[in-house]
Amino acid sequence: MADGTNKAAGNGAILVVGGGIAGITAALEAAEVGVNVILVERNPYLGGRVARTNLYFPKLCPPTCGLEINFKRIKNNPRIRVLTLAEVEAVNGQPGSYEVTIRQNPRYVNENCTACGACAEACSITVPNEFDLDMSQRKGAYLPFPMAYPAQYVLDPQILGTEDANRCLQACKYNAIDLGMQPKVFTEKVGAIIVATGWKPYDAKKLDKLGFGRLPNVITNVMMERLGSPSGPTQGKILRPSDQKPVESVIFAQCAGSRDENHLAYCSGVCCLASMKQATYVREQNPNARIQIFYIDVRAMGKFEDFYTKVQKDDKIQFVKGKVAKIEEDPSSRDPIVEVEDTLSGEKIRAQADLVVLATGMVPSTSGERLPMDVAYDEFGFIVSDGAQKGIYAAGCARRPVDVASSLQDATGAALKAIQCLRR
Amino acid sequence: MEKKVGVYICSGCGIGEALDIAQLAKVATSEQKVPVCKTHPFLCGEEGLGVIRNDMAQEGVNTLVVAACSRRAKTDAFSFDPTQICLERVNLREQVAWCQPAGADDTQMLAEDYLRMGIVKAKKMEPLVPFREEISKKILVVGGGVTGLTAAREAANAGYEVVLVEKEAQLGGYLAKLHKSYPRRAPYLELENTQIDSLIQDVEANSKIKIYKGATIQRTAGAPGLFDVTIQQNGSSETVRIGAIVEAAGFVPYDATKLKHLGYGECANVVTHVEIEQMAREGKIRRPSDGAAPKAVAFIQCAGSRDPQHLPYCSATCCMTSLKQAKYVRSADPEAKVYIFYKDMRTPGQYENFYKQVQQDEGVFLTKGEVVSVVEDGDKGIRIQVEKSLLGEKIEVKADLVVLATGMVPVAAIGEEIVVKLAEEEEGKKTEAEKEPPADRIIRSNILNLAYRQGPELPALKYGFPDSHYVCFPYESRRTGIYPAGAIRQPMDGALAMDDATGAALKAIQCVEMVSRGEAVHPRSGDLSYPELFLQRCTQCKRCTAECPFGMYDEDEKGTPKPNPTRCRRCGICMGSCPERIISFKDFSVDIVGSMVKAIEVPEEDEEKPRVVCFICENDAYPAVDLAGILRLQYSPFVRFVPLRCLGDVNIVWIADALSKGIDGVMLIGCKYGDDYQCHFMKGSELANYRMGKIQETLTRLALESDRIRVHQLSIDEYHEIPKLVNDFMAKIEEVGPNPYKGF
Repeated sequence: MADGTNKAAGNGAILVVGGGIAGITAALEAAEVGVNVILVERNPYLGGRVARTNLYFPKLCPPTCGLEINFKRIKNNPRIRVLTLAEVEAVNGQPGSYEVTIRQNPRYVNENCTACGACAEACSITVPNEFDLDMSQRKGAYLPFPMAYPAQYVLDPQILGTEDANRCLQACKYNAIDLGMQPKVFTEKVGAIIVATGWKPYDAKKLDKLGFGRLPNVITNVMMERLGSPSGPTQGKILRPSDQKPVESVIFAQCAGSRDENHLAYCSGVCCLASMKQATYVREQNPNARIQIFYIDVRAMGKFEDFYTKVQKDDKIQFVKGKVAKIEEDPSSRDPIVEVEDTLSGEKIRAQADLVVLATGMVPSTSGERLPMDVAYDEFGFIVSDGAQKGIYAAGCARRPVDVASSLQDATGAALKAIQCLRR
Repeated sequence: MEKKVGVYICSGCGIGEALDIAQLAKVATSEQKVPVCKTHPFLCGEEGLGVIRNDMAQEGVNTLVVAACSRRAKTDAFSFDPTQICLERVNLREQVAWCQPAGADDTQMLAEDYLRMGIVKAKKMEPLVPFREEISKKILVVGGGVTGLTAAREAANAGYEVVLVEKEAQLGGYLAKLHKSYPRRAPYLELENTQIDSLIQDVEANSKIKIYKGATIQRTAGAPGLFDVTIQQNGSSETVRIGAIVEAAGFVPYDATKLKHLGYGECANVVTHVEIEQMAREGKIRRPSDGAAPKAVAFIQCAGSRDPQHLPYCSATCCMTSLKQAKYVRSADPEAKVYIFYKDMRTPGQYENFYKQVQQDEGVFLTKGEVVSVVEDGDKGIRIQVEKSLLGEKIEVKADLVVLATGMVPVAAIGEEIVVKLAEEEEGKKTEAEKEPPADRIIRSNILNLAYRQGPELPALKYGFPDSHYVCFPYESRRTGIYPAGAIRQPMDGALAMDDATGAALKAIQCVEMVSRGEAVHPRSGDLSYPELFLQRCTQCKRCTAECPFGMYDEDEKGTPKPNPTRCRRCGICMGSCPERIISFKDFSVDIVGSMVKAIEVPEEDEEKPRVVCFICENDAYPAVDLAGILRLQYSPFVRFVPLRCLGDVNIVWIADALSKGIDGVMLIGCKYGDDYQCHFMKGSELANYRMGKIQETLTRLALESDRIRVHQLSIDEYHEIPKLVNDFMAKIEEVGPNPYKGF
């Protein structure tokens, strides 16, 4: 149940920190066993990174399909209490008996909200939409995306004190706007904690030779995913930033800042498959489009090999072994030009395309921001969770960079570890 | 139960502006004669809900029709105990007020039809009575390797009794045959002890775990909570009552004798990963031909993997294994050289650290390349020819010992492929549309030996892995209560297998807990309804037995279906398949939906207002229609959506009901099926398509055009297509003309 103040969850419960797909899964799997769960999510919506993803590999199916079923399971389960715009401030106690301090930031919209949209319609100012990685604008009163859960509007604190805030208040027929809402800080007793705080994309601006931030037609894989998304800034049409023209040629630069001592030393495991998937988006929209993927190793593990085999059959998608070292721009067309060392031939090659997508890696959310709890981190910021821990268990990309299915295997296992802790 | 119906119409969110609410209320009171009908401008608020609660407490209202927003919205507000109260949500917001012009006649007629349909359903629904039986919560783990041992330990540590069955005389599986494991924890640099011994000890010392070694499963009968598993050991049998099963029977290495082209069997000094590992364990890496220590060892990656002639898939662990074994060679002899020929080095995630370390070893040479021949050159060693390598177009390397990195084959893929005969063969030729959806592939691998009508093992999906094929639901196997884990379901290493086992153990525990509460498991988690059969009218056609994607039905000698409710996912596909309509749920039946269709008011032909019924599944299609409404996309007012649990619920009688009432067309929209299926019940929408194919003959007989029926697959994110789908179909219906049966 969403934001239930009247819900039974609390004592002897499990806390799940992070409401992305791994957190949602850990919460549901535990709750369906019969345990109370509190799910804490910092954003005003559940779904984390996958809510912004267009399609999953290898089936090219939409994340909202699985999210819909999960949201339905949450709605039907009185044991789950969902707290959005919430963060964990402190954790005290020990395995089996923790006291957690949670801070819930104000949504400025209360439970009366029917998601009718009148407030958004009344607003006039727009601000950059972080859901679309600032590639589009949204109103100050907004629903993060059409299928957002909780299905409740949010007021951006930026509009407080402005005319728009008043307009929202006037427009709402259900007394759902509460401009005076305050942050709430409260404590809950739980027996075990699952950390599913996920990841953020590596900051491509740090890759100074690759031109991101300077060259408009060099984008990252997460931006590409928004472009391909029907709920994205261009309604799913892949248009290049400089002139909004549909792309005829795309270069994917794998391992952009990954497997690299100077940036991320590890491999994020999914970017090869993600680029192949995005290549299919472009090809589907434009049967004449040409794709080149420059890679070091194609990591299509296990049965994902099938997806690689399938993509290779498309003769307009070319795989070239070589790392992209530098990206410049043709000033008149603004086409990016990449310089690659073709490892097999030993030659340096230059290639030009309408758009370059940097396949950047995943950085755990905890790498910049330590959690207020007693956990250990490895050198990359991932939470160490190798079986020796008691009480606090990491799942999904908080633990290591993985694809969605693996992340959910993880989350399901973490639910069991947490339940064992409650029963000790 | 004496039913008292209360209809509650909300006029908020634009509904009141779009419709004549008073007129709508008359449909409930004057036409449908419901005793209580109230309207409110904000039904989901405290005051609105107070009206409903008051009527329930004071007026004895126990059957609610809430005509307001979508059933997907405000679920907290409109939440009632289904064992006491019947609730039907009528969607006047997303599917009327938000997608139709306010105040129009057609909009009003649409709302009135939806209200009629909702009331008719509510009147026929009954409160749910959960299926409860004395069940076992014991967990069976099949397989005593790292996966099975971990599953057993984790389930026991959560407080459950476990039975562990291992076919070999000792526990440990393949992990026990390893010398060391590659690093599984930060900083991912050092080889580790596999720790399988301590895992075995943990399991053997755990009083909650009963272990059968040298034992196999002779037979698994029953259903979740009620499995009767016969274990055979040393010639005698014992039957145990089990709640849920973790299938962790593991893998075998790919048969290297099939790799003659890489020298195996031809050259004495070509061995596999498994063989060199054994040597390392014994402390002596030696050439088989003469017992000498090799000075140059060559690893050939993807030996028989990523190869359509052998194993098309990648086994995920062989790159790391070769790097590990390279280290064995180099530490045994710092003068020895190691070559690794690969297609791609697959060391994802933090394993990259280990790869880097081995790359930095000057005695190890790694190159991408295609190995084209492996030939023994007398006692000079083995000549390996490699093309397209990083060191040159064609190179030749000499090695004393060659190691083939062979892949993993799940034991589920090994065995005779059997065809389970289900429904009776029909006489006559079949057209493309009439061909049955492909039956499950069953391989007699002798792991579980299920006494299920639909076959003795879990259906084998790609390459024989009994996996789930869902990204979001990795443990959803096709047999409820049975969860494959470890290398049997996906190639994986020991570390991942331990994680996988823990997840599968959770699912097994969750299953027994939910079954003990009478609840369905995923995806209809918590559903307390289950199918009931009016067997007196059964004609033993076996359609339900054949079409259930989960093998819920067994059969008696006469062919009469025997339902096993705890195997059931409550999808309703069997309900749709039955030509005699004998299968129903307390809150959902052929009669209920048929009555809803018949409740639709069909205007006379001269009014030029066609009517189309569109069956949509709740999983992808209904949300997509809602999303179209949320985005205020507009479309034809002539379609009436009827939500179903799965498109496979469509019973052909509903088509007949619709057509004989004069409804001009029937559309079906459900989730995608095929290789990359999204259908949450595996083959529901595919079955719907197949059934509609069979209906062509009937339509011709009735002199009705086959264009009046259309089946569509839709993804949840294709909500932009809804107006086009609907409007296109309406255009076709206009072209075809009104149903000649109107007004009969």
